[in-house]
Amino acid sequence: MSAVTASSQLPEDRAFKQYLQGRRRVGWVWQSLFLLATCIGILALMALLYNVADGAFGYVAYEDKVDAATISDRPLEGLSQEELVAVLQANLSRGAFNKLDDEQPFAQRSQGDVYNLVLERVLQRKVVAAWSLTDSLTRRAAIEAELAEEHPNARLTFRSWLSPKFLQEPMSSQPLAAGVRTAILGSLWLIAITIAVALPIGVGAAIYLQEYADHTRWYNRLIETNIYNLAGVPSIVYGILGLAIFVRALEFFSSGAMFGVTDSNGRTIISAALTMALLTLPLIIVNAQEAIKAVPDSFRQAAYGLGATKWQTTWAHVLPNALPGILTGSILAVSRAIGETAPLIVIGASTFITVDPSSIFSKFTVLPIQIYTWTSRPLVGFRNIAAASILVLLVLLLALNATAILLRNRFSRRLY
Amino acid sequence: METSTNIQSALPGAGTSAGVFRPADLKRRARPLEFLVQGFLFFCGVLSIFTTLGIVYVLGRESALFFTNSEVNVVEFFTTVKWLPEIGHFGVWPLVNATLMTSFIAMLVSGPLGLSAAIYLSEYATPHTRGLLKPTLEVLAGIPTVVYGYFALTFMTPLLRAILGADTVQVYNNASAGIVMGIMIMPLVTSMSEDALSAVPRSLREASYGLGATKLETAVQVVVPAALSGIVAAFIIGISRAVGETMIVALAAGAGPNLTFNPFKAAETITGHIARISGGDISYASIQYESIFALGLVLFVVTLALNLISKAVVSRFREAYQ
Repeated sequence: MSAVTASSQLPEDRAFKQYLQGRRRVGWVWQSLFLLATCIGILALMALLYNVADGAFGYVAYEDKVDAATISDRPLEGLSQEELVAVLQANLSRGAFNKLDDEQPFAQRSQGDVYNLVLERVLQRKVVAAWSLTDSLTRRAAIEAELAEEHPNARLTFRSWLSPKFLQEPMSSQPLAAGVRTAILGSLWLIAITIAVALPIGVGAAIYLQEYADHTRWYNRLIETNIYNLAGVPSIVYGILGLAIFVRALEFFSSGAMFGVTDSNGRTIISAALTMALLTLPLIIVNAQEAIKAVPDSFRQAAYGLGATKWQTTWAHVLPNALPGILTGSILAVSRAIGETAPLIVIGASTFITVDPSSIFSKFTVLPIQIYTWTSRPLVGFRNIAAASILVLLVLLLALNATAILLRNRFSRRLY
Repeated sequence: METSTNIQSALPGAGTSAGVFRPADLKRRARPLEFLVQGFLFFCGVLSIFTTLGIVYVLGRESALFFTNSEVNVVEFFTTVKWLPEIGHFGVWPLVNATLMTSFIAMLVSGPLGLSAAIYLSEYATPHTRGLLKPTLEVLAGIPTVVYGYFALTFMTPLLRAILGADTVQVYNNASAGIVMGIMIMPLVTSMSEDALSAVPRSLREASYGLGATKLETAVQVVVPAALSGIVAAFIIGISRAVGETMIVALAAGAGPNLTFNPFKAAETITGHIARISGGDISYASIQYESIFALGLVLFVVTLALNLISKAVVSRFREAYQ
């Protein structure tokens, strides 16, 4: 820069052009760097999605300790539920068989459930190795050679870990038989109750702050600041709060003892849902406030002019017009709750549950908890079912967000 | 007198026994429903205060139990460097150190990347590219953190091990967790910084162009300084997010408190420790259970302070151009 300013006369044409070129070059380099940074973010997203897909499909090798041919002369998949129970009875000790029957009577178990039991207890099928999608596609010959050397008895198949069966089966200690049925149901229960609790309170608070509160009062300003700060509290702290209040202090309520449920402690769906409600409240309030703020004042004045009271105005004019915005914001807040894991770990979501949740006082597990436990297990195959459950979770989130976007689009087409 | 009385009696709601004019008194009528509704709405608003009070009370009470326990004292908690609850060592520094290290790495990644992306989106990108890039980045912000944990453990760690050698990089390490955390925080830093940059009025840019500055010089020497308070606030919120992040560190940073300054070694953070301890079945009477609350209190105070500082930075140093 000094080259230009130093000379007292106009800069020499050539030197000036060179200097300008240099400045432009620097500008171009930095612009590329800025673009690169943006692209790195997008590349990271691609890598993440690729990585998940990579784990959810691929070759898997498994070994049966007992050959299926020695147990039944027909393929096991084709046997009916009764025949499979007979196989179990013939091959398990009486004690083991009765214990299974005690857990859940065989008459109530589905064909798929019993089939899994046969695989697990009679054949003792185990995954010995699993490969990623990339490996499976590019190194097929090497995989076969490797397998022939290390596990000569193992069978190799290409497996989509994400399958209809994976969605329908309950938990299992064997990755081949495991499914996310209980986790999906747990997530749906949790979300339903969270919405039922958080939405009315959140919208109520937003209405209060936007329509009723006198912002010159200190307590109203305190509420606003407080909500802003609550939104920044780490989710695990909410978990600690839930553990102390809902799980422990209110155990007589959250375990269902108050209502005659006897077989559980405070670590139930209702405890988790109330904690999640507290966690999502600040987000719902802030979003609902924005939506209410967007309703033009002329609507309110028209209603007052006709003699409506404040609540009549709010209920009949402000709320209906703010509703799409409120719903959009709430869906986004709820989609955060669906993916939230840390508070549920602290509250004590169960990691291994084979029974569908039946009431708000049931023990439960949710998709993120399953992903967490399966990812942290080093045994072969568990990472793959973790990847498959991540796909399920992402699809669920995508569906929710798509709904939110549809609502938003409908909302923005309205004309005032 | 005569005429005015006539007018009054012609009005509805007038005509009282004394013949004195009184306007229809609509305001004074008791409306129990209105009153109830307003009470309920006020309660909804106040509930958030109760949440905060609940957090403070719960963390405070159990932490008090923890610190008054004969095995622990406050000085030891903040000055010693061993955290081994099983044998009664409660020095918080190994956990704090790991939290600081992962957060620092996360900010090393998300700070430059986030700010650069914000500058690109706000100063360079055409509306079309912006409309394409911004929502894609926002998808990153919507991905659950446990998925990032999976990503750190199954992608970033093997990648680091492949580049730097399996001897230097342990299977669980702070670097991998920190980098992935940085990727997670980047969209937050980008969107907050971009808001700040876009709020700088056009006239400043045009004045700069008019003086012969290039686009880069305008962006870096005029627009960024003008938006600095917003950018700093974004960074502070980013740090607060990193400090409170749990799932990535719980999965990828390692289990077991370890005072180390080597980012390629396993070391447990505050949040990771809380998650691991409470994941098992601990009894409510144990000192481990109480230690969760003490750690939660540390976490709460730190993140609250960071959030308040960020808000103060915005309101104190904001350049208002109107």
